[in-house]
Amino acid sequence: MPTVSMTVNGKSVSADVEPRTLLVQYLREHLSLTGTHVGCDTSQCGACVVHVDGVSVKSCTMLAAQADGAEVVTIEGLDDNGTLHPMQEAFRDNHGLQCGFCTPGMVMSALDLVKNNPSPSEQDVRDWLEGNICRCTGYHNIVKSIQAGAAAMRG
Amino acid sequence: MSETGIGARVKRVEDQRFLTGKGNYTDDINRPNQTYAFILRSPHAHARITSLDASAAQASEGVVAVFTGKDIAAAEVGGLPCGWQIHNKDGSPMAEPPHPMLVADKVRHVGDQVAMVIAETRDQARDAAEKIVVEYETLAAVTATDAAIKDGAPQVHDEAALNTCYDWELGDKAATEEGFAKAAHVVKIDVVNNRIIPNAMEPRVALGDYDRSTGDYTLFTTSQNPHVIRLLMGAFVLQLPEHKLRVVAPDVGGGFGSKIFHYAEEALVTWAAGKLGRPIKWVSDRSEAFVTDAHGRDHRTHAELAIDGDGKFLALRVSTLANMGAYLSTFAPAIPTYLSATLLAGVYTTPAIYSEVRAVFTNTVPVDAVRGAGRPETSYLLERLVDRAAKQTGIDKTELRKRNFIQPEQMPYQTPVALQYDVGDYPAVFEAGLAAADYSGFEGRKAETESRGKLRGVGISTYIEACGIAPSAVAGALGARAGLYESAQVRVHPTGSVTLFTGSHSHGQGHETTFAQVVSDLLGVPFEAVVVSHGDTAKVQFGMGTYGSRSLAVGGAAIYKACEKIIDKATKIAAHILEAAEADIEFKDGNFTVAGTDKSMAFGEVALAAYVPHNFPHETLEPGLDENAFYDPLNFSYPSGCHICEVEVDPDTGVVEVAKFTAVDDIGRVVNPMIVEGQVHGGVVQGIGQALLEGCVYDDEGQLLTGSFMDYAMPRADNVPFFTVAQKSVMGASNPLEVKGVGEVGAIGSPPAIINAVVNALEPLGVEDVTMPATPMTVWQAIQDAQAR
Ligand code: FES
Ligand code: FES
Repeated sequence: MPTVSMTVNGKSVSADVEPRTLLVQYLREHLSLTGTHVGCDTSQCGACVVHVDGVSVKSCTMLAAQADGAEVVTIEGLDDNGTLHPMQEAFRDNHGLQCGFCTPGMVMSALDLVKNNPSPSEQDVRDWLEGNICRCTGYHNIVKSIQAGAAAMRG
Repeated sequence: MSETGIGARVKRVEDQRFLTGKGNYTDDINRPNQTYAFILRSPHAHARITSLDASAAQASEGVVAVFTGKDIAAAEVGGLPCGWQIHNKDGSPMAEPPHPMLVADKVRHVGDQVAMVIAETRDQARDAAEKIVVEYETLAAVTATDAAIKDGAPQVHDEAALNTCYDWELGDKAATEEGFAKAAHVVKIDVVNNRIIPNAMEPRVALGDYDRSTGDYTLFTTSQNPHVIRLLMGAFVLQLPEHKLRVVAPDVGGGFGSKIFHYAEEALVTWAAGKLGRPIKWVSDRSEAFVTDAHGRDHRTHAELAIDGDGKFLALRVSTLANMGAYLSTFAPAIPTYLSATLLAGVYTTPAIYSEVRAVFTNTVPVDAVRGAGRPETSYLLERLVDRAAKQTGIDKTELRKRNFIQPEQMPYQTPVALQYDVGDYPAVFEAGLAAADYSGFEGRKAETESRGKLRGVGISTYIEACGIAPSAVAGALGARAGLYESAQVRVHPTGSVTLFTGSHSHGQGHETTFAQVVSDLLGVPFEAVVVSHGDTAKVQFGMGTYGSRSLAVGGAAIYKACEKIIDKATKIAAHILEAAEADIEFKDGNFTVAGTDKSMAFGEVALAAYVPHNFPHETLEPGLDENAFYDPLNFSYPSGCHICEVEVDPDTGVVEVAKFTAVDDIGRVVNPMIVEGQVHGGVVQGIGQALLEGCVYDDEGQLLTGSFMDYAMPRADNVPFFTVAQKSVMGASNPLEVKGVGEVGAIGSPPAIINAVVNALEPLGVEDVTMPATPMTVWQAIQDAQAR
C-alpha cells in the first residue's frame, strides 16, 4: 500500500492507504477528521468540500494520492481553539445552518468565493453555490451568512 | 420578554459543534473491532429469485459472514411492521403483506434487499457482494397507480387482489350528493401529486453492536425517533426486550420524514451483531438512498366542487389513488387517509364532503411521510380547485376565497371530515398575506416583466394543517397501533442547573436551543444553565419522536408539564424552609416568595435545599428535584396560512423563475423567531422543489430513472429567491404553550401558490393546467399544446 503524506490543518500527516482511497476517506477514516461529510456519490452535493493548496475541492472526487504533498485545510482547521472564524461566526449569527450536514462544505466553499470576490452580490453567492446542496435552510440564510461573513472579513 | 426566554431570537447552541466540524453523526461513530455491511440489492423491479450462490463471496478476502433471505426466513425474527391499520369501506382490514428484512423468494422493487455481506472493510464487503450469483426470473412490473388496479396488471403481492391495499371512505356521501344536486356550478379537476424523494443530506447509517458479557444490544442509527425504533425493532422484529436494547440517534443530518420509519438495515445490523459478536456498520450510498429511503406523495386525485349561485361552496367529492410502493412502510397507510382526507375542508365552510381513497401496491420504493405528509396533497388539490372555480364562476380568486372562509366566531369549528379546528382567523391571515405580498402592486410588476418579453403570474394559496400529532384516543380509534404522546424529564441539579431529557429528537430543528428557552423561561433559570438531552434510549425515559410538526406542540407541552411539577415540588420545599403555608408561596422570575413579605428563596437555593434535606419532614417531603411528565394532546393543533407566489415565465423556453414569494403563517406562539423563519424558508424551498424541479420517474420495467443528483433535480441556491416570511399568530391553541407547529407549513402552502402562479402567467396563452414538476419542458409543452388547440 502506498504511503500518502500531506499537511492537514497545519500538521504533517502520513498513512499507508490503498490506492483507491479517496481524499475524503483519508481525512475521515485515517485521520478521524469527521467534519468533512459525504452526501452523495456523484460529486454533486459539496458536503465534502475542503481546501487543497488554497482552492476548494470536492474531496470525494479526488484520490488521497493526488493530494500527496499538498496543504489541505478542512473545517476543523478554521477556528482558533474554539473561537470561530468570521465566516463560521456569520453562519451562526444568520442561522445559516440547521442540521449542519452541508455546513462544513458550505463554509469551505464560501471562503474560496470570498478569497477571489471579497464583496459578492446575492447573485454571485447563489451562482457560486451551484455545487453545494442544502436540504434544510432553503439557502436564504446561507446567502445572508456568506455576504455577512464576507463583510466581516473585509473588516 | 427576556433576551433568552420564549419569543427571543436566541442564537443556536448546537451551532458551535456543527460549525467546527465536531458534530457527532452516526457515520462519525466507530466501535472497536468493527466490521462493515454491504447490502446486495435487487436490480429488478419484480422478479423471482430462482437461485442464489454466495460461496464465492463467503470465500472472498476479509469476509466475515454472508446472510441471505433464507437465513432470515429460518431465523426467529419477524418482518418490518406497519404502525397503522386502515379499514376498507366494508369494515375489513387492509391487506398487509409481509415485509422481510431480506427477501428469499420474490423481489418487489429495484433496491429490495437480497443479501448482506459483512467484511473487515467497506470495500471488501462491496467487492464480495459482487461475487454473489443470483439468478432471477423477471416478471412484468407495475409502477403507476392507475395501471396497478387494471385487470391483468402484474400482482405485487398474492395477498392483495388487484394490488389494492385498502379502499377507504370518509364523509357523508348522501349529503354530498344533495349538495351537488343544488349546485349552480360544478368545477372538476384532476391532479397528480408527484412522487418526491426526500434526500436528507446525510444518508442513512446503522451501526449495530452486541456485548456478549451482558447480552446487551446497541443500535446507533440516523433516526428521528430512537424510542419508536426500539419499540418496533425490539418488539416486532427481533423480539428483544427494551432493557436489552439501546437505540442511539446522535446528530442526524436532516430527516424530513424519511428517518421516521424502521428500515431493514437497522434490524439486520443489530441481529447480525448478535450472531457475530462484533459491531457492524452499514452506510447508505446516495444511489442506495434513492432506492431505499421511503419516497413521498404519489397521489392521483379527481375532485369535484359544487358551488351555488353566490359562489358558496356546497359540497366536495374527492377520489384518490395513492401509491404505497412495494411494501407498507411504518406510517404509509395513514398518509392519504387520516393525514390528508381529514383536511379537505381546508379553511372553508364546505358543509358536505365525501372522500374515497384506494391505496395500491406497485413495484416501486415504499411511499410514506415526507415533510407535510398528506397535507401538501390536500392543500394542492383544494387551492388548484378553488382557482379553477374562480375562473369558471367569474368571481375574483380573492373574493371567492373570502366568501367561503370559516369565520373566527365559528370556532371551535367542526368540519364534515372528522376534525374540530380549535382556533384560527383565516380572513385576518389572508389579509395579512395580501398586504405582505403587496398583492395590489402586482399589475405594476407584471407590466415591468412584460416589458422584458416575459410573462408574469401571481398565485395564492391558503392552507390549514393538523399538527401536534396526536391525541392518542383519536389516533387509536383511527387505526394507529401506538399512542402519540410525548415525554419530558426535567432534572434540576443541586446547583440549580437543569438537564432536560426529551423524547423529541432534533435533526436540524434546533430543539437544543428552543427547548432550553422554554425551560429557562418557565423556571426562571439562566438559558446557559439548561442543557437538552435527546436521542438516546439509555438516557431519555421514552419518546415518540419528531415528525408531523409535533415537537413543540406535544413535546413542548410535556416539558411544560414537567416544569409545573418542578415548580410544585420546589414550592413545597420553599414553604417548608421559609416556614410558610404552601398556598402563600408565590413563584415569579425564579424566586419563591412568601406573599406580602420579603422572605424569599431563589430557584438555585431551593434546588440546593432539595439535595441537602437536613431538616425535611421525610413523611411529607421527598428530597430531590427531578420530575417526569407525559403529555397526551387534547386536540391537534392547526397552523394555517396564506402563501403568495409571483413567477416569471419565459414563453420561448418554458423556464419558470420564482420572482417573489411571501409566506404569512399562523403558527401560534413563537418561541424563537429566527428558527421559525428558517423552518419556513426550508419548507418553502422543498415546496418549490416539488412544484418546479423534483419528480420521480420510473420506466416501464420499474427502473428508477431519476436515481441520482444528476437526474433528480434538487433545488439549489440559484433556483430560489429571498423570501418574505411573517407570522400572523392567533393564540389559544389547545396546548399549554399555545404553539401550533411550523416545520411543515412551507412545504404545504407553497406548491399550490407556485402552480397557480404558473397557470395564471400562462392564461393569456390559453393554458389551463400545468402539472408538477413544472419543468421548462412541461411548461413549454403546455404552451405548445394550448396554441395547437
Ligand atoms: S460527497 Fe457529494 S460532492 Fe462530494
Ligand atoms: S443544514 Fe441541513 S443540509 Fe444544510
